[in-house]
Amino acid sequence: MKRLLPYLALAFFASVPLWLHDQYFLHTMVVTGIFMLAAMSLNLLLGYTGQLSLGHVAFFGIGAYTSALTSLGFSFSFFGYQVTHEPWPPVVGIALGTLFAGLCGYLIGKLAFRVRGAYFVIVTISFAEVVRLVSLNWVELTNGPLALPGIPPITLGFEWTGYATLWGKAQNYYVVLVVIVLAYIIIKRLVESPYGRAMIALRENETLAMSVGVSVTKYLVLAAVVSGAMAGTAGGLYGHYIQIIDPMIFMFLNTVTMVIMVITGGKGTLSGPLVGGIIFGIAPVILRSYVGPEVQWILYGVLMILIVFILPEGIVPAIERWFNRSSNNPVGKGSDLALETGKGTGS
Amino acid sequence: MDQLLQHLVNTLIMGGTYALLGIGLTLIFGIMRIVNFTHGELYAFGAYMMYFFAVVLGMDFFIAIAFAIVAGMVLGAVIEFTLLRPRRGADIDTTMLLMIGAYIVLQNVEQLTWGSVAKSIPSPLPDAPMVLGAISVSWLRALVFVIALLLIAGTYLLINRTKLGKAMRATFQDSGTAALMGVNINAIYTATFALGSGLAAAAGALLGPVFVVTTTMGDLASLKAFAIVILGGLGSITGAVIGGFMLAFAEEIGAGYISSGYRDAMGFVIIIIVLLFKPTGLFARSERIG
Repeated sequence: MKRLLPYLALAFFASVPLWLHDQYFLHTMVVTGIFMLAAMSLNLLLGYTGQLSLGHVAFFGIGAYTSALTSLGFSFSFFGYQVTHEPWPPVVGIALGTLFAGLCGYLIGKLAFRVRGAYFVIVTISFAEVVRLVSLNWVELTNGPLALPGIPPITLGFEWTGYATLWGKAQNYYVVLVVIVLAYIIIKRLVESPYGRAMIALRENETLAMSVGVSVTKYLVLAAVVSGAMAGTAGGLYGHYIQIIDPMIFMFLNTVTMVIMVITGGKGTLSGPLVGGIIFGIAPVILRSYVGPEVQWILYGVLMILIVFILPEGIVPAIERWFNRSSNNPVGKGSDLALETGKGTGS
Repeated sequence: MDQLLQHLVNTLIMGGTYALLGIGLTLIFGIMRIVNFTHGELYAFGAYMMYFFAVVLGMDFFIAIAFAIVAGMVLGAVIEFTLLRPRRGADIDTTMLLMIGAYIVLQNVEQLTWGSVAKSIPSPLPDAPMVLGAISVSWLRALVFVIALLLIAGTYLLINRTKLGKAMRATFQDSGTAALMGVNINAIYTATFALGSGLAAAAGALLGPVFVVTTTMGDLASLKAFAIVILGGLGSITGAVIGGFMLAFAEEIGAGYISSGYRDAMGFVIIIIVLLFKPTGLFARSERIG
């Protein structure tokens, strides 16, 4: 049953555009999927290496701007040189956005992992704010607060197959779904590899991990690169789907949204960001007919505080524990939480 | 030269309120080790309370400032009592998440209460600036500077010369021993958080009349306060004062000679540079941070 669950979930989500004809709801699902992807990438840092990066939206925005500018073309002068770029296809843009965001992840990782805890948080926030102010002030390149409109939608295909431009919501939905599945597999392979074990070891006890020869910087920077690149992909998809981006994309609240998704679902679990992402992606649709956006945010804030008090590990670990206890499973049957849940099942 | 002098005078005046903001946060972040995202919201809260007392209730300007500070202290005490006290001793990430939740709630309650139209608070002083040679300073800004200096001096004396201040310093050096000596630890935690919050509210109440009051004014204030505290070194009051003036100077010079669009970026660039080269800040004893 437990092994089948991911496939059942995938089959369900693959069928959504077939029976859901409410275009607004489908649009919400696409945007939710993109934010879920960003939350999954944040989970790699926050959940598996234990480093709370509150500047994660920077990678998302960098991916979005890189991809949008690659496919729109740009021209600016740089110390007297005129730099001009002709438009390239959106798929290339997303790939470049991913690469560039990953590169930024490398640089920020090298820089920020010199410090830990509160200092790390503040360096990452500062990075995101600097990027936001650059996007706001480098008008020649980014159009500043006037936004970048008319970003082309994704075009798929080769010369010998013909091209398909993804204007529709259902088409974009499937693109996002495929990318989420790919990201899930990448993260699963990574955290179950020796690299992932090293990251978890660093989270649990850095000094101990170092003493047995785990190279701190290497693994943390690796996590930052993968995480940054993945957030960059999400940003690229967002730009090509929404077709307009402005510096508001770097809002701190976007990072907070990702953090809430990860914390609610369960940090350090594979499915946590997905569960949290669904809840916080769908909640606004349901809530918006009852309350205004301010009250919604107040509810999110209260929920975040409640989660910290009541379910500090998040929903997924809580459900797993409850499931293990109620079915009286032998400890550790396919559960990656065997050690923690062992106490509960024993009694 | 005249332009530089004018920049220096502006630096002094902004630096005073930045220092207040920084001292408030150095108590909470530097000493209590709470990554306080509500600090900027307390600053905005102070500004709104100033508007409420001075404009809505029509109180005297100076009495309104005092009331705004007290309101900030009360709100700070409530936050400490309801959110932080039950989770005392939790790791830094847990309290940080609580403070982010509180920050979202506070900001949106403000938005709901006061609406999105910016509020302005009239100054009781003449609008014409005082002119000293080539430099001109508005009376209001000069007054703000003087009040900020008085508050800084008062906080310094409170921490270093009173019994309460001694109890605070003892608690954060070794809370167990302080408790054995009869210090009421819980009360000290609440008092320190309230004092820090009151100082943030004071900065907001003082700058509210200089600029306008908006619900998002707290966002940058939080981050600037972190910049000041990191620049000065965690837990150092003198460091926070110097850090406040240095940030104001960097912003003023950055805006004057580079580009006014990057005024607010100065703080973040400073954070990144300081943490790269001297992570303990300029004025704190060395400690392990990585």
